[in-house]
Amino acid sequence: MLSRTAGDLYWMARYLERAENLARMLDVSYSLSLMPQDGSGNGLDELAMPLLITGTLDDYLKRHGRLNADRMLHFFALDAENPASLYNCLASARSNAHAVRGRITADIWENINATWLEMLVIADKGLPHYGISRFCEWVKDRSHLFRGATIGTVLRSDAYSFIRIGTFLERADNTLRLLDARYKLMGEREDPDDRSARAYYQWSALLRALSSFEAFAELYRGSPRARKVAELLLLRSELPRSLSSCLEELQGILASLPGDNGRPAKRLAAELDARVRYTVIDEVFEHGLHDWITESIEQLQELGDAIHSAYLEVA
Amino acid sequence: MSRSFYDEMYDANGNCRPHYQGFERWLLETPSDVLAQRRREADLLFHRAGITFTLYGDAQGTERLIPFDTIPRSMPLSEWKVIEAGCTQRVKALNLFLNDIYHEQRILKEGLIPSEQVLANECYQKVMQGLDLYRNVYAHIAGVDLVRDGDGTFYVLEDNLRTPSGVSYMLEDRKMMMRLFPELFAMQRIAPINHYPNMLLETLKSACPLDNPCVVVMTPGRYNSAYFEHAFLAREMGVELVEGADLFVRDEKVYMRTTAGAKQVDVIYRRLDDAFLDPSAFRKDSVLGVRGLLGAYRSGNVVLANAVGTGVADDKSIYPFVPDMIRFYLSEEPILSNVPTWQCRKPEDLSHVLAHLPELVVKETQGSGGYGMLVGPAATKAEIEAFRERLKANPAAYIAQPTLSLSTCPTFIEGKNPSRHIDLRPFVLSGMETRLVPGGLTRVALREGSLVVNSSQGGGTKDTWIVEDCE
Repeated sequence: MLSRTAGDLYWMARYLERAENLARMLDVSYSLSLMPQDGSGNGLDELAMPLLITGTLDDYLKRHGRLNADRMLHFFALDAENPASLYNCLASARSNAHAVRGRITADIWENINATWLEMLVIADKGLPHYGISRFCEWVKDRSHLFRGATIGTVLRSDAYSFIRIGTFLERADNTLRLLDARYKLMGEREDPDDRSARAYYQWSALLRALSSFEAFAELYRGSPRARKVAELLLLRSELPRSLSSCLEELQGILASLPGDNGRPAKRLAAELDARVRYTVIDEVFEHGLHDWITESIEQLQELGDAIHSAYLEVA
Repeated sequence: MSRSFYDEMYDANGNCRPHYQGFERWLLETPSDVLAQRRREADLLFHRAGITFTLYGDAQGTERLIPFDTIPRSMPLSEWKVIEAGCTQRVKALNLFLNDIYHEQRILKEGLIPSEQVLANECYQKVMQGLDLYRNVYAHIAGVDLVRDGDGTFYVLEDNLRTPSGVSYMLEDRKMMMRLFPELFAMQRIAPINHYPNMLLETLKSACPLDNPCVVVMTPGRYNSAYFEHAFLAREMGVELVEGADLFVRDEKVYMRTTAGAKQVDVIYRRLDDAFLDPSAFRKDSVLGVRGLLGAYRSGNVVLANAVGTGVADDKSIYPFVPDMIRFYLSEEPILSNVPTWQCRKPEDLSHVLAHLPELVVKETQGSGGYGMLVGPAATKAEIEAFRERLKANPAAYIAQPTLSLSTCPTFIEGKNPSRHIDLRPFVLSGMETRLVPGGLTRVALREGSLVVNSSQGGGTKDTWIVEDCE
């Protein structure tokens, strides 16, 4: 497969997965912002969270000066001027798909193209008019459709591999960032085994945003707390959005790619996979959850770079 | 040429022609709201599928749909047979002409065509002189534009031997008609065309002596107006769609950069013009091409389809000589006629043209896509005068033809079915043999009275049916 084609497929999948995760971030913050707040009062801190996680809060403040619910939501979701907005994620995904439309099935292309056309309509209406929860649901639905079309229609060859690599790398990164942000918010003030109602709502909102609430209930049969939530999201490979699950997939896909040029990427993926697979949650907390996550994010970044130089660069 | 119009569906007495009668019955029986609804469905499907083109000069690169008309252009098989034979004959002669002028130049020596017309032509590529091509094929893919005049005769309007486009619309229009109106296809036997990509791949493979050559489609990129078509054909043929940056030349061989390393490319179906192919041989500023490509081509290590330098044969100043080429190379009489053409480079032709501008169509010899032309009867006085100055300034750049009364076909507009002018572009493939799928792209001028069918000028498309003759 052409390196450029592989690159476009990889980024198409990454941007779509990112769009889905941005919607998940927005979803959890928006629902928590509607809860009675302690202290600060109006839920603005909560709405600023997605901006904080994606590192766009400074850009927002530069442009708008102060925290404002509607403006933050617009900036994060629909602002064409914000390169990191959900809107631009979908634009980029569509642009990548357009570049390789000869190599993806009509099902995938039409899904992505229809998503983009609908996005234009939503951007035109504005978020308050469309409804924030409805918007988040819509993004997730579109991403589910993309995944379904990919799994259901794409030939199992290089194209499929690079789409999936993009998906899992992006997903792993997002799960780490979401967990980290929530932990920082909770952990800085209270002990990780906090039993307050606030802790319950914070952790359960995170689980719901990652579609993991039911999994947690089934596996742990208790109220969500930092240690258990972290274990689920980092180390349980049964959970499709966990770090462990993503690494397992990445390792397997990379190992199956033909050719010698990918050895550094393959080795790194195998190392990361083994590290997470043979770690228990107590070790993570001894090390410090935040530091552990930060290191993992850096390692994923390295893996992404290795994949890039091995397969995707038009040298 | 007569000034009355030939309608494809109804004869001069208003009676439906036999090959349209089944369709007419169906049209009368189908409620208009059903038709309108399916028409909207078609737009939606095309939009969703992103079957679009971009307009040049549009800074936003806005993607537009080519309007698709749900009333097909239908033609009896007996008529098609003539067109098929005529197009085959024409493209064979044009390929022989190209082989000749890049080798012995017999036709110039015999004095049939003035040498300077060919050798001083911008599209004549010196680098092709003496280069032997496999099977002597230059134009592997050709599009022949045909129009039908008032008396029902088909004329060749122009030949397209560089990178003719539109075949994807031919295929998508058929797919859409079959999806929207399957009952029509059950009702009569309409010749299938869906095997075109397969035939194209066979043609491209046969352009190279290797058993199983590596074929790619080369596109200028996603901002090109015909990008959809490039991607479409690559996908349908199951070959890579490459851009210049995906290819490189080493030891006069062409390779593409893949995830598993470099892979040699044998046949390039290139959809960019000669000038952009190789910055070291042609335009230095081309970022779309591949450095060293021409060297590899001249060494015979890669096939370009179409060949370099085919433009000299479809140039509008060479067009008047095609009937002579047919007689000269094939010793046959032309099956399809040329439109009478005045060559403005000749003083006597120029004075005739200047005296008759309001009646004539004047075109740039190098132009395409309906840009830079004058349609006398449709132009305002001011437009004509402005054009007169341009023509006088550089007469050799123009030819003129009578305004043809392009045939008409009912067209679905605002629920009524008024007649609109159409043309036809069949696609001719030359490999082991010269052949075409039964049909072509029918373009329709959607504006009332308009004779310009180009998509860039508000044209649409229709599905083209070749149907078995009725008793």
